[in-house]
Amino acid sequence: MDFQVVVLAGGFSKTLVPLVSKEVPKALLPVANRPVLSYVLELLEQNDLKNAIVVVEGESAALLISSWISSTFVDRLNVEVTAVPEDVGTAGAVRAIDHRLTAKDILVVSGDLVSEIPPGAVAAAHRRHDAVVTAMLCCVPVSGPSDSGSSGAKDKAKKAGRYNIVGLDPTKQFLLHIAAGAEVEKDIRVQKSILRAVGQMEIRADLMDAHMYAFKRSVLQDILNQKETFQSLRREVLPYLVRTQLRSELLLNGAQSEENGNGKDALQNSKILLSQLLANASTPSFHEIYALGPAGSAPILRKTHKCCVYIANKSKYCARLNSIQAFSDINRDVIGDANHLSGYTFSAQNNIIHPSAVVGSKTTVGPQCMLGEGSQMGDKCSVKKSVIGRHCRIGSNVKIANSVVMNHVTIGDGCSIQGSIICSNVQLQERAVLKDCQVGAGFVVTAGSEHKGESLAKKEKQ
Amino acid sequence: MVAKKGNRGGVGGEDAEEELTRVPLQAILLADSFATLFRPITLERPKVLLPLVNAPMIDYTLAWLESAGVEEVFVFCCAHSKQVIDYLENSKWFGQPSFSVTTIESYNATSAGDALRLIYERHVIRGDFILVTGDTVSNMSLTQALKEHKERRRKDSNAVMTMVIKQSKPSPITHQSRLGTEELFMAIDPNTKQLLYYEDKADTLKGTVSLDKALLIDNSSISLHNDKQDCYIDICCPEVLSLFTDNFDYQHLRRHFVKGLLVDDIMGYKIFTHEIHSSYAARIDNYRSYDAVSKDIIQRWTYPLVPDVQFFGNCVTKLERQGTYRASDIGLSRSAKIGPFTVIGSGTTIGNYTEVANSVIGEGCIIGSNVSIDGCYIWDKVTIEDGCKLKHAIVCDGVVMKSGAILEAGVVLSFKVIIGQQFAVPAYSKVSLFQQPVTQDSDEELEYADNSSGNIEIASIPNTPEKLEEDLTTELSDSQIQAASEVGNGGAGFIWSVSEGGHEEGWRHSVAPIPADRLVEIIKNATDELEISNEDGNILPPSGELEPGSVNDSDEDVRDDFAHFEKEVEATFLRAVHENIKEDHVVLEVNSLRLSYNLTSSDCAGALFYAMMKLALDTPHGSPGELVKTVASVIAKWKKLLKYYLPSLDEEIEVILKFEEMCLESTKEYSSLFVQVLHLLYDKDILQEDAILNWAAEKEEADESDKLFLKQAEKFIQWLNEASEEE
Repeated sequence: MDFQVVVLAGGFSKTLVPLVSKEVPKALLPVANRPVLSYVLELLEQNDLKNAIVVVEGESAALLISSWISSTFVDRLNVEVTAVPEDVGTAGAVRAIDHRLTAKDILVVSGDLVSEIPPGAVAAAHRRHDAVVTAMLCCVPVSGPSDSGSSGAKDKAKKAGRYNIVGLDPTKQFLLHIAAGAEVEKDIRVQKSILRAVGQMEIRADLMDAHMYAFKRSVLQDILNQKETFQSLRREVLPYLVRTQLRSELLLNGAQSEENGNGKDALQNSKILLSQLLANASTPSFHEIYALGPAGSAPILRKTHKCCVYIANKSKYCARLNSIQAFSDINRDVIGDANHLSGYTFSAQNNIIHPSAVVGSKTTVGPQCMLGEGSQMGDKCSVKKSVIGRHCRIGSNVKIANSVVMNHVTIGDGCSIQGSIICSNVQLQERAVLKDCQVGAGFVVTAGSEHKGESLAKKEKQ
Repeated sequence: MVAKKGNRGGVGGEDAEEELTRVPLQAILLADSFATLFRPITLERPKVLLPLVNAPMIDYTLAWLESAGVEEVFVFCCAHSKQVIDYLENSKWFGQPSFSVTTIESYNATSAGDALRLIYERHVIRGDFILVTGDTVSNMSLTQALKEHKERRRKDSNAVMTMVIKQSKPSPITHQSRLGTEELFMAIDPNTKQLLYYEDKADTLKGTVSLDKALLIDNSSISLHNDKQDCYIDICCPEVLSLFTDNFDYQHLRRHFVKGLLVDDIMGYKIFTHEIHSSYAARIDNYRSYDAVSKDIIQRWTYPLVPDVQFFGNCVTKLERQGTYRASDIGLSRSAKIGPFTVIGSGTTIGNYTEVANSVIGEGCIIGSNVSIDGCYIWDKVTIEDGCKLKHAIVCDGVVMKSGAILEAGVVLSFKVIIGQQFAVPAYSKVSLFQQPVTQDSDEELEYADNSSGNIEIASIPNTPEKLEEDLTTELSDSQIQAASEVGNGGAGFIWSVSEGGHEEGWRHSVAPIPADRLVEIIKNATDELEISNEDGNILPPSGELEPGSVNDSDEDVRDDFAHFEKEVEATFLRAVHENIKEDHVVLEVNSLRLSYNLTSSDCAGALFYAMMKLALDTPHGSPGELVKTVASVIAKWKKLLKYYLPSLDEEIEVILKFEEMCLESTKEYSSLFVQVLHLLYDKDILQEDAILNWAAEKEEADESDKLFLKQAEKFIQWLNEASEEE
């Protein structure tokens, strides 16, 4: 496939403090004890997309990530890691590697995507219509703790989870309207010109832009060069393309014919025909009808381009690790409802306990749990729906529920951890009680202290 | 009736109780469209009695209602109510066994709202009813829609209305439907079919449809439609009538009632839609729909409402090849050519070598030789002499066209007009024996007319056709003489001038197809517009995170609003100046403007000040010095008014800022006089010194470019400063 993959791995995301640290950039945050980036890379590998550019913000993060990739994917993928300055945004990141893009189409994937949706499907949808951009939309994930009455939680999530407002054509193939970010909270403003051309538009609030896009390379490069202020692919480039689809300013055909070395219209037309045949479309899409102008009247050349969508099946898992809540949710799901993603084999009890892990007597590890390599647990502990990393030392009478414990964590006797995230090298002294907390790497929680809903981290030495 | 029973059976026996209190299915038929698109014809005959393929429109509506199982119809008549009642009384509709027709007469109703309020007072509606106008042609079955309506109603008593819609994509060029109605934007909940948004008089300048964000809170998905047509067939609950009574300002069914329910969210009442797919439903509300529906009838889309199936079985018209219908007793010359899709009524004679195509010719017409008729609607007892040419015209009863007369596309000849020999009636003109009424309407009517159809031409027509009719006999003799010259030698009739903007509407709503060159013109304009909106698109925020972008967006709206407000204030002020209106009254008017635009009093001050300065500038003046004097006199005269809006320093600063802006943008003449005017304002006690000093302090931090006027005023400010220190 003539697709080049760009994985945007981010850097030290501020929204994920205190989970990220100098040692752990966002892309290396563990999901079921392996870095989140591995999920994307494995997905690419499965889809035979073996050439990828991983773009990382910041040199130090890039070093960390490239060393991890080279150790893990050494023979499997041909990955280049490139560092770009921090805070350039997703569009800025792609702009920075502009010169490295050579293929006809570019697949841009966010490095924090945990999904089983094949990128190949997105690519196929893209090619089918010869689109300039194809975005993958997935259903809004159910977030929030699942234990407190799942139906109640779902209702709540339904109200809160508004990521995008999208407008689709009746065939659900074309993207006609998209509102992202702050616009979601505003009144919906749909362009009449597009609505007129299509006739009917379905507005949906239950879909989320999963940040996996296929772009036509020439178009993407054009836009990035012309619109220097664009920072975000999701919030600026995509909405721009959607907005201008019936009055395209892109030198679409020109650029294409140059590139293919033919400027002949006949070829161009046959290409459109071919794409229609591929789409099984007996009638041309509204773009073509609009471009041709009203039947029989003086033909005025209107430039249009197509923005397509691939809507992931509801049953497929798809989530982005872009908030602390999402980190908990994804960890929960990957060892829980979506455990086929984890790549591990679960035991009969529906959990994974590494053979080298030591579990004391009368300690129970419930279903949907994971206990990493070399970790030790004392007696009379209970673990529910939690992930525990490698080489942790956990005392006796410890209760861990709905939590993520990373590597090399020491937990004293009688601690209770609920709904919390404990980063690497944290020390929890005896009888510490944590509820809904995040504890940054290397932090020491003093004996007997109680915390609820706090974010604990060492003062960063800047 | 049969359909009705089937429906009952389907619902099941559970509602035996309801069965006891069962009311017959009722319908309200509004035999007045409360619009004036069919002028001048409707000055003489009510619209519902106009022949549509040789049968009055109201017959189509009544026949459909009867076949759809309606048992009681209340016909509301207002304009020409006598004619309607007379017609119905002599028709076979009265005295049908299971179909009762009752007329309700009113002399002063000016809108559908008035009509419904009157009907409410009569207490004749006892249950769900069908609300239609007398110009509806349909063959849809109401069974399914009624069932849905009743079921919804059982679950949710707020579901007060079901609106029938139909697929119909408006033309991409003219943005009007095949029926000549404006494009319609609707938002519908795809699951419940609830209507969420309705915009039928789209502001073409606004490039977006704006949906309230609250809509998406309850529905995760909404369908936006531009491809549906409103059939103006509504199934209503009795509450609808009381809603009209409660909200006495509701006039128009769609523009007030539907909008009111959707936007104001009164008591949570809901409107639902029912889409019909295979059956026919259309309303005739302009000449274009008259043409379109006539063609549909001839082409049998409306079966069984077609010319050869008469409503009471008196089948005199026979269908022949190529969709041609002929009455049995016509006198047709052998050499005449009758083209496809033509209807010829009984008793009509057609001369040698005459060609007729795509036309309807009524009863008792006499058509000479060598006449060419294409796409015309010729009503009864029309005489067309030899050699006339008619194309896409409507010719009413009793018209005489002298030999060689020509009707160009889109012409309407009202009753008994006589067109002189060889006279060519220009395209889209309307000819009537009545003189075009002059503009002198009461405010009220104007306002309503404006709301009711958006057709500019109606503003110039008073709403009292009956009166005119009375005058006719006396007037006619004079007018005939006067009018003679207007429509050729020996003719009678006035050509109605199309008022401003009316010509634009002329082709839009005429019977003639839209000429190709017009289409090209529109396309060209559209592309120009597109380019403009293109630029807009670039100004439009890149959306999303870049907050300033989206803020800017709404800002634009605000600015737009503000500009309107400013203009209105200016107009108000100028009127006050010219008509010597008292300050108090001006204050009242400006206040009401302020409230309607939701602005603050500092905005009023700014706008008023702007208006005054503009006035001074527009007064002829020679030198800048003179200008300052004019300013002084204007300010002196209206000081009290301005002062009213300057209760505190903030407003005064606003005035200075406004003045600065004016100097930079709209009225550059003042830029050299900035200090002088500022001083003047100070002297006249319009501005306090604190205001000026505060302004200066505020400006101190501004960009260099912004300080232009501050520098000019430097000395003055210094002087002020010193003065205050001295104190």
